[in-house]
Amino acid sequence: MGIDWFPLWLSLRVAVLSTAIAALLGIWLAYLLANRNFRGKEALDAAVTLPLVLPPTVLGYYLLVVLGRESFLGKIYESVFGAPLVFTWQAAVVAALFHSAPLLIKSARAGFESVDRSYERAARNLGASEWRVFWRVTLPLAQRSILAAAALAFARSLGDFGVTIMIAGNIPGRTQTVAVAIYDAVESGKGTVARVLVLVISGVAISILWLANRLGPRRAQA
Amino acid sequence: MIQVRIRKHYPPGPDSCDFTLELDFLAGRGVTVLFGPSGSGKTLTLDAIAGFVRPDEGRILLDDEILFDSVRNVHVPPRARRCGYVFQNYALFPHMTLRKNLEFAAAKHPRLARHRRVNEMLERFRLTDVGGRLPHEVSGGQKQRCSIARALIGEPRLLLLDEPARGLDAPLKAELYSALNQVRAEFGTPVLLVTHDLEECLELGEEMLILREGRLAQMGTPRDIVEQPASVEVARLLGLYNLLAAEVKALNPARNTSLLRLDGCDLEGPYLPRHLIGDRVWLYVRPDQLRVLPADVPPAPNRFVAQLTGVSQRAGSVRLHFEGGFSADLSLADYTAGKSARGWTVEFPRDCIRLI
Repeated sequence: MGIDWFPLWLSLRVAVLSTAIAALLGIWLAYLLANRNFRGKEALDAAVTLPLVLPPTVLGYYLLVVLGRESFLGKIYESVFGAPLVFTWQAAVVAALFHSAPLLIKSARAGFESVDRSYERAARNLGASEWRVFWRVTLPLAQRSILAAAALAFARSLGDFGVTIMIAGNIPGRTQTVAVAIYDAVESGKGTVARVLVLVISGVAISILWLANRLGPRRAQA
Repeated sequence: MIQVRIRKHYPPGPDSCDFTLELDFLAGRGVTVLFGPSGSGKTLTLDAIAGFVRPDEGRILLDDEILFDSVRNVHVPPRARRCGYVFQNYALFPHMTLRKNLEFAAAKHPRLARHRRVNEMLERFRLTDVGGRLPHEVSGGQKQRCSIARALIGEPRLLLLDEPARGLDAPLKAELYSALNQVRAEFGTPVLLVTHDLEECLELGEEMLILREGRLAQMGTPRDIVEQPASVEVARLLGLYNLLAAEVKALNPARNTSLLRLDGCDLEGPYLPRHLIGDRVWLYVRPDQLRVLPADVPPAPNRFVAQLTGVSQRAGSVRLHFEGGFSADLSLADYTAGKSARGWTVEFPRDCIRLI
């Protein structure tokens, strides 16, 4: 009996995309949270943490409300791209993003905070602009923690179920990610499909964990 | 030339108490040391000059540029201040080689000039052979020289050093001093150095500022300050002296002497202008200036038998601590010879007694 590999490829594609977006946004937000004092910092921190504590289906429901065809953002998206966002594979990317970015931001922030302030001070003292301080000093020194954070975020986006099913649905061949496909296979009694997908995903997850651990704690210190 | 007049208040926090830094000083060419105990505001002063800390009010003037002025709302960002800063932990970027560390600091020069300057600095500070290594791969002395070179490469108008000798062993300290003397001779950059090591002040400082609880307690050449502390607090901070409370009993301007009552015994001291009989004064005398004699010597002026409370060993001598809170130095041989006797007589030579 043939196994449909589509869910696996879709999941990988979704995870890569959402991790890339999460990294771009998350590193910036994490840097702000770690290094700057501004009004509403507490609120931003809470907003970033919220998706971690909300049940995924609840998060998905909110996203459905905010991004649905009748919503303000949903209408804007539809008028720009000509098609609704919800129940497409792009929605699965959004789901994975909201599911994984908070984790990335938390870990990256811890990474930035672990960088000794005196290096940044030294860089500023030597005439470097904030931009240069970030790219040449802060980011390279926090690099390992950030890569580890990205690896964890990737694993998390790969396995999202609750948010995805709420806003991307379960359309085989279009929005059915691996986690959803496994649930679907078990429900409809396709034991082999479920087992194979579970094993593949477990393998990927374990490799990522190994990678994250290798990247995380060890850091070259002078 | 750096002119600093600042005030910075820190309200009491969960892990700090109320602190106010209030300073007004001017430092010119050469090495000026900021001396004071931990928590007296030395590093804070450097941080304010470098721009990491913004004072509540005041003005900081470097040469003829205003770095900070609360009235005109000027606060030049650290990167534009051109104050080289050598951090306590050196803060060499751990992911860059020594050469890259210097190149980072010379970024404003075009590529060719930068390369030449970096080479020149590596050579001057004897780092050419290790230029390609990372900071954790080189010795402490090399790290230290590299951080000084890095601070100087941008041609700062002032060099700030935050306890550069803290935690260094004697050979490394000597190496640091020679590197700083090199800075003085070859670069002529004015230096402001923070320390709580008196030896360092005497070794390096041309001018010395004593900070205590956020305020300037005394200012002058290190030699003058050591010879003539302006207050009991300064004398105490220097840690060089026995400080004893005394009362003026008699004054004899004709013989240029005075009589001081000290905890039950009388001492003859130098004449005290501007003092009256009955004044309370502080008498200070260095432990090595006191004479310690066996208990059975004949009595003489300024001599009395003192009760020993403790002994501490020093490199070439022994320091005896006596009841009444003073100590005196004695050579090891004299100590061994007199140890068997029952007590000690201490003589306060008249010429060594000084008063605040």
